Amino acid sequence: MQPVPMTMAQKILAAHADRPSVQVGELIDVRADMVLANDITAPLAIIEFAKLGVDRVFDQDRIALVPDHFAPNKDIKSAEQCKLMREFAKQYGIRNYFEVGRMGIEHALLPEQGLVLPGDVVVGADSHTCTYGAVGAFATGMGSTDIAVAMATGRAWMRVPATTRFVFHGELQPLVGGKDLILYTIGLIGVEGARYQAMEFVGPAIDTLSMDGRLTMANMAIEAGAKAGLFHVDATTEAYVQPRAKRPYQAYASDPDAEYDRVIEIDASQIEPQVSFPHLPSNAKGLSQVGDVRIDQAVIGSCTNGRWSDLVQAAEVLRGRQVHPDVRCIIIPGTQAIYLRAVQEGLAQVFVEAGAVFSTPTCGPCLGGYMGVLAAGERCISTTNRNFVGRMGHVDSEVYLAGPAIAAASAVLGRIGGPAEL
Amino acid sequence: MANSKQMHRYGDHTDTEISGRVWKYGDNIDTDAIVPARHLNVSDPQELAAHCMEDWDPSFAKGVRAGDIIVAGANFGCGSSREHAPVAIKASGISCVIAATFARIFFRNAINIGLPILECPEAAAIQQGETVDVDLAAGTIHRVATGEVFQSTAYPPFMLELINAGGLIEYTRRRLHPEQSNG
Ligand code: SF4
Repeated sequence: MQPVPMTMAQKILAAHADRPSVQVGELIDVRADMVLANDITAPLAIIEFAKLGVDRVFDQDRIALVPDHFAPNKDIKSAEQCKLMREFAKQYGIRNYFEVGRMGIEHALLPEQGLVLPGDVVVGADSHTCTYGAVGAFATGMGSTDIAVAMATGRAWMRVPATTRFVFHGELQPLVGGKDLILYTIGLIGVEGARYQAMEFVGPAIDTLSMDGRLTMANMAIEAGAKAGLFHVDATTEAYVQPRAKRPYQAYASDPDAEYDRVIEIDASQIEPQVSFPHLPSNAKGLSQVGDVRIDQAVIGSCTNGRWSDLVQAAEVLRGRQVHPDVRCIIIPGTQAIYLRAVQEGLAQVFVEAGAVFSTPTCGPCLGGYMGVLAAGERCISTTNRNFVGRMGHVDSEVYLAGPAIAAASAVLGRIGGPAEL
Repeated sequence: MANSKQMHRYGDHTDTEISGRVWKYGDNIDTDAIVPARHLNVSDPQELAAHCMEDWDPSFAKGVRAGDIIVAGANFGCGSSREHAPVAIKASGISCVIAATFARIFFRNAINIGLPILECPEAAAIQQGETVDVDLAAGTIHRVATGEVFQSTAYPPFMLELINAGGLIEYTRRRLHPEQSNG
């Protein structure tokens, strides 16, 4: 019998449903290779888990619990939430619990630790779980109740998504990276342009994109409403994954004749650095179209752009320069390993000498938690992924999304701009 | 259960006929609008309900009455995975959310926690303050002011099973401990 042509999303899901093939739109029950929750979503999941009447988790090695959102604890209530998660991890012997001082922002941490691998199904109680599509995993965000059930059974229900394929042609302009490609793409298709779908990123411009750039792109698939954002496994992926993996993995590739909902061809050589205006990630504009936008704060970090190469880009801009007197610049590495490297290689010094804050890993300001909450009327340029109303503070504050080089240059300029203007 | 009931939705566990006053919202209502992240340091439904829609519509939490209905445009519940969003809506007394379309994670969260939701693009014409009668079992939405009746999108059988079990936890519990359930 001829095998049915499938996308990589279908192939991974079929393998995890123990079936030869699955069809788009089918509801299936799949095995999960990794189950994730954080200090905000785990407490609800733990409450629901208790109702299931089980006395253990499905696998102590395949659950990751990360206190990153409001940790190090921002207030007493957050401390209670973190405590609940910590005690749960202890009680059930969960090995991938990452304590403050050893943690990172979950979606920077899990790939770095080799906990998410090509061909995996990963379910996480966090919408940016889709980040792991960068290593060729089918990874998707769910709610706490889903994760409670997944912690108990190692399984989750899913609808097999259709796939839209994005083909990026041409060579990238200087300063253009994964963030610009994904903001441009979301600008093109809108915040529900890929609702319920898998986005698949391919083409010559993707082949040359670094792992960090791919992680940034996959991270924001959810901002187009997608269930997953997928990259094929190539030499770049192998070089990243092989030294980290502690268990076997398998790469899946879309068949050449697989069926796509849409195929969108993009000339990436025409894309300039992007800035998404309030209050939707889809309000993307090229840097040359931004005009005079004064800023009060610049945030460089998060699960979108808190990786090593992001900090290097920011440091290149800030080296020997000063943050504008009217701006607070807050730089947050994604993980402890990145933090340490930034200290060892002198980036921490560059940031502090430039007059920026350089902090331990946390989500902090990304979701208006702490460490840089905005007052009414304030504007922030941020390398994070959401600029919804009130996302980083007061409902009358504004968030502009961009990549690290633009955010760093804007911090120096006091308005949104690029390194060329310095 | 009669066979005909199996075809419908929200068959067994809720009062299937609802009449309520409408809170009307537009497209892309995100989960930061439904529950701002600064309130996610708690898990208690009532505390979350006190802040429901706070940044988007400060009159909501004060004015909402048990049984009221939210009607919204496209992509309702987009953004984060926080289950706190449907939990807050449910605890605020809202009996049902009707939207042109729902964001994926919100949709599954609502089903999982037993907050009735109906997808119906035509219903987006309904205005703030109108009264609508909803028959959850039949999936129909009756706009009292005009007499129009809209039909919402039907659920696949598996989701009906979840809904009729009263949510994912109860559904899973019955599968894990078949000896404890009586049907
Ligand atoms: S950094 Fe921001 S987007 Fe990423 S997990 Fe934390 S809060 Fe969510």
